[in-house]
Amino acid sequence: MPLKRGIGVSAGVVIGDAVVLDTEETRVPRRTVPPDEVPHEIDLVNRAFEAARTEIGPERAALAARAGNELADIFGFHERWLADPKPRKEISQLIESRLYSAAYAISVFMRKYRRRFQEMNSPYLQERAKDVLDIERRLLHHVGGEVRSELAELEQPVIIVAHDMTPTQLVMLEKTKRVLGFATDAGGSTSHTAILAAGLGIPAVVGLEDITAHVSSGDTLVIDGLHGVVVINPDPAQRAEYDTQMAHLIEVRATLDELRDVAAETRDGTKIELLGNIEFPYEIAACLEKGATGIGLFRTEFLFLQDGPMPDEDAQYEVYKAAVVAVGGRPLVIRTMDLGGDKLHAGGAWEAEKNPFLGLRSIRYSLQNLSMFRAQLRAIVRASSLGDIRVMFPLISRIMELRQAKFVLNLVMEELEESGYEFRSSIPVGVMIETPAAAICARELAQECAFMSIGTNDLIQYTLAVDRGNERVAQLYTPADPSIIRLIRGVVRDAARGGASVSLCGEMAGDPIFTILLVGLGLRTLSMSASHVPVIKKIIRSITMADAERVKRRVLSFETEREVLNYLRDETRKVWGDI
Amino acid sequence: MEPNDGQSEIEVTISNVQGLHARPVMRFVDLASQFQSAIEVCKGSRKVDGKSPMEMMLLEATKGTVLRLRAKGADAHRAVSALAELINSGFGEE
Repeated sequence: MPLKRGIGVSAGVVIGDAVVLDTEETRVPRRTVPPDEVPHEIDLVNRAFEAARTEIGPERAALAARAGNELADIFGFHERWLADPKPRKEISQLIESRLYSAAYAISVFMRKYRRRFQEMNSPYLQERAKDVLDIERRLLHHVGGEVRSELAELEQPVIIVAHDMTPTQLVMLEKTKRVLGFATDAGGSTSHTAILAAGLGIPAVVGLEDITAHVSSGDTLVIDGLHGVVVINPDPAQRAEYDTQMAHLIEVRATLDELRDVAAETRDGTKIELLGNIEFPYEIAACLEKGATGIGLFRTEFLFLQDGPMPDEDAQYEVYKAAVVAVGGRPLVIRTMDLGGDKLHAGGAWEAEKNPFLGLRSIRYSLQNLSMFRAQLRAIVRASSLGDIRVMFPLISRIMELRQAKFVLNLVMEELEESGYEFRSSIPVGVMIETPAAAICARELAQECAFMSIGTNDLIQYTLAVDRGNERVAQLYTPADPSIIRLIRGVVRDAARGGASVSLCGEMAGDPIFTILLVGLGLRTLSMSASHVPVIKKIIRSITMADAERVKRRVLSFETEREVLNYLRDETRKVWGDI
Repeated sequence: MEPNDGQSEIEVTISNVQGLHARPVMRFVDLASQFQSAIEVCKGSRKVDGKSPMEMMLLEATKGTVLRLRAKGADAHRAVSALAELINSGFGEE
């Protein structure tokens, strides 16, 4: 019954069976190559074998020093296995006869080989299948093959345990609908795992450091997303305790669900608009179900992260059309693609950057890849004839980027008009405020756009210079830092002076601890994952504007994030004890 | 000149508890590779290359398994006796 502590990122408790990713359930997608690329693929295989073999030597020596020769000998066997010409020959034959890609040929061969061990009678030899898997992973790493999970084949709901999750894995998981919870080694409260888990209302604990080493597939886990705790193989007493907690949570949720159809307004009648953040169009239903009055952030990256060819204008139009119809006359803010950084396309046409968060990402990428950008804008503009569509540009860091993006948008609109398309002639254009540069120059940006949305996830990471996905510094990442709160205050003021409306759409918007403060800072629109809407509405309906003013003034007097957090936690508990 | 040079074969029984698992296979392959002769290892009707760790692992040679070692080449005799000795010694394991 070991207990592991990490960062709870999505409230809720769940008990279920674990599936550990990246160790057993990995697979490479089937891919073939044109006949003239066969020699190249075979060359890749040979080089992968060589590279894998040579990298083992030092590892073996290090292991021998630490754990003795006996364990190190296992690697000795791997080394010899990789030096054997036979496997390469068989893999090369697969490439020649079936035109498989190097990665796929390796995985097909290794899988077949692995199965032979699994079928053996001796349990000891069956175990050797793991050695085979280890060699396979090494090889795939060297051919640059994407290792995929077989998540699509999950038969019953499970808890996913992994070192970290890639966006592609998350997209695939999302489709299976068979995920009860997540536990990951890496990640902070705004890692992709955390965002997805929060969006789906799935309990998750991240930043556990070494959970993958302690859990095997099939273990029973308790994921306590509220306290950031994972219990491995709980005893009956622990189980009973968590069953009680789960029952209480269900009750609390039921009372919150009753708030769905009432307005999010303070006790003295100030209305706050609560919108939904979505990744996929079908999440719109869940947002409206939870009481959101529109979509404040439709992330469009998923379109570009899926398997297969890049979606063209028509394919995108269908998606935006489905979304705007689902929103039914309420606002739908579509954010243009925010690719790059941590969301590299799995297809691999992207060159690795040394510092992707400061590299060619987001609007910068769009402005350098105009045909892709134009296709997206054309699809959005065409869909605008069907409802209240608004366009938002991400990661603006200088006013010229906004001007260029608007220029491309206007060009696209002129083209579409000439071709006889109908669309909304005055599509509101907005910018994300997620760089310190944009926050500082918000007034000038506000004069040239209709709305601004403060993206706190990136704003915090760029302002505090903390990589939110790096568990070694993740604890330094917090929305409660006085610098962040002052930046938000400044943006809200400057937006008003420049004549733009302002909202906040980072994870901070969905964290009940910050609700009173954000209202006090002057925000009247908050956009968050569907699952947070009821709680935030509950808080708003429990306070007055005088409360919000008082809390804001007090918070602005603090010098450390500790004071801010403690104070906000107390104030929030005062208005709602069930937090 | 030793007798039967050019081809040699012998029957051996696996005596170590864990059978031909990774480490013994490694030793066997290392030793086999020191000879010029081609080395075949047969278990019943199955035949694998004694210099290939990949194939050797698939033999599923547990304790008590009878194997036939066959070498072809200039040093066939020496190869077979050295390999047989390695197997009979139980690879220095229990």
